[in-house]
Amino acid sequence: MSCHAPSPPVAVLEEPPLKPGQPRSRFRTIALIGPPNSGKSTLFNRLTGLRQKVANYPGVTVEQRSGRMSGIRRHDLTLIDLPGIYSLAGYSEDARVAADVLKGEMPGTPRPDAVLIVLDALNLSRQLMLAGPILALGLPTMVLLNMADLMESRGGVVDPLALAQELGRPVALISAARGTGLEAIERFLQQHGSAHPEMARTLPVLPIELPVLQNPGECRRWASQVSSRTKYKAPASPLWTRRLDSVLLHRVWGPLIFLAVVVTVFQGVFTIGQPLSDWMGDGLTQLGTKVAHVIPILWLQALVHAGLWNGVQAVLVFLPQILLLFLFIGVLEDSGYLARAALIADRVMRSIGLNGKAFIPLLSAYACAVPAIMATRTIENKRDRLATILVAPFMTCSARLPIYTLIIAAFIPNRPVLGSLIGMRACVMLSLYVLGFLAALLTAKLLKSSVLKASSSPFVLELPQYRWPTVRSLSLRLYDRSALFLKKAGTIILAVSFVLWVLSILPLNNGHFSDLANSVIGKLGHFVEPVLRPLGFNWKIGIGLLSSIIAREVIVGTLGTLYGVDPTTHALSLQAALRHDMTIGGAIALVVFFAFAMQCTSTLAVVRRETNSLRWPIIQFCYMSGLAYVAALITNQVLSHLL
Amino acid sequence: MALSEVEVGESAVVDSLELPHDVLDHLMHLGFLPDATIDVLRRAPAGDPTVYRVEGAEIALRRETARHIHVRRQGQR
Repeated sequence: MSCHAPSPPVAVLEEPPLKPGQPRSRFRTIALIGPPNSGKSTLFNRLTGLRQKVANYPGVTVEQRSGRMSGIRRHDLTLIDLPGIYSLAGYSEDARVAADVLKGEMPGTPRPDAVLIVLDALNLSRQLMLAGPILALGLPTMVLLNMADLMESRGGVVDPLALAQELGRPVALISAARGTGLEAIERFLQQHGSAHPEMARTLPVLPIELPVLQNPGECRRWASQVSSRTKYKAPASPLWTRRLDSVLLHRVWGPLIFLAVVVTVFQGVFTIGQPLSDWMGDGLTQLGTKVAHVIPILWLQALVHAGLWNGVQAVLVFLPQILLLFLFIGVLEDSGYLARAALIADRVMRSIGLNGKAFIPLLSAYACAVPAIMATRTIENKRDRLATILVAPFMTCSARLPIYTLIIAAFIPNRPVLGSLIGMRACVMLSLYVLGFLAALLTAKLLKSSVLKASSSPFVLELPQYRWPTVRSLSLRLYDRSALFLKKAGTIILAVSFVLWVLSILPLNNGHFSDLANSVIGKLGHFVEPVLRPLGFNWKIGIGLLSSIIAREVIVGTLGTLYGVDPTTHALSLQAALRHDMTIGGAIALVVFFAFAMQCTSTLAVVRRETNSLRWPIIQFCYMSGLAYVAALITNQVLSHLL
Repeated sequence: MALSEVEVGESAVVDSLELPHDVLDHLMHLGFLPDATIDVLRRAPAGDPTVYRVEGAEIALRRETARHIHVRRQGQR
């Protein structure tokens, strides 16, 4: 055990003068580590600014974020954000990656020259358990106590100098959310990274004894000894978190508020998002027409307007709705409500064989399956995690909205149902959401009672204190999301639109464009048509389905291009063109097809990465496509006999 | 007695944990260690899971997990 005499005092936070012209630093790489909920990501964003690189560590599914420390004007230093973990000796992939990086055993990642440990000052005695094993590695290390301002305002006491003495390392109080205390980090990096050998020698030799790595009991005893010797007093748990919980987790109010929140999110996306999308669509159409008129050469005008603009514009108009959905989910997550929602949902999730933690990924799958599948990493049980990954793409993601809204606006009359409680269009939209949700439930049930049967699935959920979401972190999320979406519109969708347009005018006859029906794409469409006719789809829809294997929203762009170059429909709006070309049975069958089909290469790629196998994405693709075909077939056959 | 049997509003002290290794490790790092005091805060609306406070943090566990954490009443030995 680590019973030992109090350690001799060591110099902390003493700033040596930096001589002008001296080479700045022998440090290159700094690692940032901390337990989950310690505010590590906020600090990382503070220290690096917006320019971050996200990559994957080789062979594992753990994400590596890194960036230059431009937030404190140290562009020469690279900061690596290690995964949030409770212990270096844990069994999770995250813990192994963190340990490997710190020991310099991670291929492709240089051994860090120094370490910054972020601990939540509100929970210091527990969080110190992580610090022990890291200090034992012997790297120059600074301990940062985050949320220091919050702690003092709630009556907690911590003595950073006493703690620094106890740990033999500099300790600073910071607030990542407010950006205070960061100058101590600058000082530490300057002092310990100094290129001058005599200054580098000021690094204190460790007088302290550290706990054995593998044993949580020892770590715990060490941590509580350190916190009691430094007279740490934990702040009172905030009254309003308890008060809020007594309402939000109330036996009756809890589930009701939960339902109200979910309904509000979806209602908000449509009632606020739809006008924004319409407004953006009008603007883009006008802009496109203006730009086309400026172009003097006829074929170039056709290429730009019919070929590129229509396809990209058809997809761009959905940006407002997608951002709104991500904004709502971001607010729920950052405020701490999402963890409560998981607690309330656990009972229902358990009845289909999943656990409450699957609720968070499944809710975010309503925005996009890709981040949702990455969010399944919080589920410890491997089989539960796999089941969640496999059902997540059934949730109605925002990429399905373009085709849903298009078909609904074109074919469903805007009539009230059930008195004036809900519109017929909203009703159809809601049914499509329910359809996807049911498919997910049934598939989960099927998986969990067969191939993925697991004995027990421990559910361990930490409920963070409620916090106000910061504008900074929300805008960072939205920035990330729009950058990704715009990149897709500017690359994949632009390329698909271009290729489709070229294929729709080839082969050239005496220098004239082909008719659509006789073009390469027309022939290909007619080739697949027999398979799709029982579903009520014509050859243009067939081309749309083929092109949307890349991403669901591509179909709208494709249809925009195809109907735009067809002389019989090019004067019509896309909605009118579709009404001219499809029956209502075929139209509904099309959205049913989209409710089930796995048309998203990004999702397949992330499933391949997260399951580390080709088998699961292939099974998932075949299962979902098969289900989609059968369901669309039944829908069309039933509807065309009824109507 | 088992942690799952402790009523809401009461506290207990951990004696031992009988759980698979990975779950055990995770719980111990959250503070579920022998001699740690645990307050039972509230049950989820459906009656399960239950929210416990340990080391100042609030952690929710299902009954099936809490059943394997053996505790004694505070002050008993």
